[in-house]
Amino acid sequence: MSGIFASMIDGLLIGSVYGLAAMGLSLIWGVMDVINLTHGAMIALGMFGMYLLFNATAINAYLLLAPMIAGGLILGVIIYWLAVNWVVDRPILMSLLSTFAVNMMVIGIGTAIWSTSPYNVDFSVPGITVGEYTFTGNHMFAALSAVLIALLLEMFLRRTRTGKAIRAVADNRDAAELMGISSTRVLMVAFAIGIALAVASGALVSTLFPFTILSGAGYQLKSFVVTVLAGLGKPFGALVAGVLLGLLEGAVSPFIAISWIPLIEFGLFVLVLIVFPRGIFSRATA
Amino acid sequence: MILRRPLLWLILLLAALFAWLPLHGNNVSLREDLILVALAIILTSNLNLMIGYTGYVNFGHIVFYGLGGYVGVYLMTVRGWHLVPSAVTAGFAVSLMALLFGLGILRLRGAYFALATIGVLVAVQSFVSNFEPWGRSTGMYVSFESYAPLGGPRHALWTTYFLIVAVMALSLILSLGIKASKFGLGLFAIREDEDAAIVLGVNATIYKAIIYSVSAFLPAVAGTLMFFKNGTIDPSIAFEFMLSLEGIVMLMLGGQGTVAGSALGGGLYERLRSYLLTSPRLSEFHLVIAGALLLLVIRLAPGGLIGWLYRLVPRSREVIE
Repeated sequence: MSGIFASMIDGLLIGSVYGLAAMGLSLIWGVMDVINLTHGAMIALGMFGMYLLFNATAINAYLLLAPMIAGGLILGVIIYWLAVNWVVDRPILMSLLSTFAVNMMVIGIGTAIWSTSPYNVDFSVPGITVGEYTFTGNHMFAALSAVLIALLLEMFLRRTRTGKAIRAVADNRDAAELMGISSTRVLMVAFAIGIALAVASGALVSTLFPFTILSGAGYQLKSFVVTVLAGLGKPFGALVAGVLLGLLEGAVSPFIAISWIPLIEFGLFVLVLIVFPRGIFSRATA
Repeated sequence: MILRRPLLWLILLLAALFAWLPLHGNNVSLREDLILVALAIILTSNLNLMIGYTGYVNFGHIVFYGLGGYVGVYLMTVRGWHLVPSAVTAGFAVSLMALLFGLGILRLRGAYFALATIGVLVAVQSFVSNFEPWGRSTGMYVSFESYAPLGGPRHALWTTYFLIVAVMALSLILSLGIKASKFGLGLFAIREDEDAAIVLGVNATIYKAIIYSVSAFLPAVAGTLMFFKNGTIDPSIAFEFMLSLEGIVMLMLGGQGTVAGSALGGGLYERLRSYLLTSPRLSEFHLVIAGALLLLVIRLAPGGLIGWLYRLVPRSREVIE
């Protein structure tokens, strides 16, 4: 009995990292109606960025999150101008394809540099042992960092002028324009934050599990599931839904083979999409 | 009616060329090249029925091909069926399944539908990876006896090749036929404005479910043929997400919504990919080049090559549909 409990706690810790990844996707989707298919590639870049940075500096990996986020913001601005700005008001196919094109390029370059063999960040924080179960320090620090970043984002969106502008544009871009908000600038900032969140979550994952350049794809799919569960444009809801997904994984994994988990997750995903097309926690919007 | 359309004759000519060229001089390496081109054209033109005609992005189109392969290979190796009935049965089975899925997920619109198709792909792949009768993650092998009814392996590979060329021609003719029909006009109406189409009496739910199911049939048949030819099937090859996405690149490159565009894009991209993959210096960068190409196409020529041709020579619309 305590086995499932331990497994659920572990799921909860990992779930907060899923949630952080999904926050980035959800923010971009909600604000500019663009489904960012570079998401997985950005998570993978976060993993490799952390790997390079950690090997170069050898300081506490969780302190390296700050420069990783800064790098993510810059990367986000570049990708925004390369592939997103001109598809914002175009049919959804266009934005799907242009972000997907960037994804292919990043994965292609990454494969050429690092091939598809696994890497890991050799850093560990001592864990806590309760009875026969050990919760690793990395899992706890990663979860803590994820929640901290999520809180900072929520404060940014609620308290600062730019944050309020992002929420205004997400609500009604035309009205926001009439109030004197430059929507292009706001979209760019929101996109950059979304990418930075993906990079940060990738960096956190890299301290937990080994990874390859293709690992981002799995987390991208999980982010879709989480975003749809939470409803669009609700970054904090995405964090909660991520934790729920982690809990679910933790709760079922002692009982069934791990290879069945995608079937459960995506079965649930398709079902939720059909039954609640606008998300479980969502209000009705036009 | 359809007999008067010049493109029909071009399609038949293309198929005849595909059949004749490798046979001339028993050129097996050319046959292997052309079989991949034919497969690309089959997948792209059926994907076009969803994306180009109906305006619904299907990211998981490859699921039809993979499932078709599994059903067909299962029927042949375990049940001992002949190749042709296995392939046709696989087509019908996968179409039926698509119809059922379609009635569910086609209630979603736009991006939500696109995401649900990814969900379907991953869920099906995960199911097949755990499904005991289909060999779970190791997959299945085509037993050597399966080649016997077709006159031995050498003969069987040629037969399979001609069948794939025939499926390619059928795919293009199907696209052409649908484009001309009232049903096709209904699909175009859904693509342009689904609500308006419904108001004007197009039964959008049924139309979408039917086209989703129709677009599954020939890829599933092709799946059986290809995996029979390859001699083995496993979940990671059968449901390769990348191939599904590359299908979209091919379609955009050629020109979505046009019959000729799907053939042109499929053929060109497949040749480009083969060239890049076999070139010692560029093989590592084939994804980078494909990605850059896609970005350029949607930025500069959203109508693809055929859209560009239409702008250059407006009268070409009447011939190249």
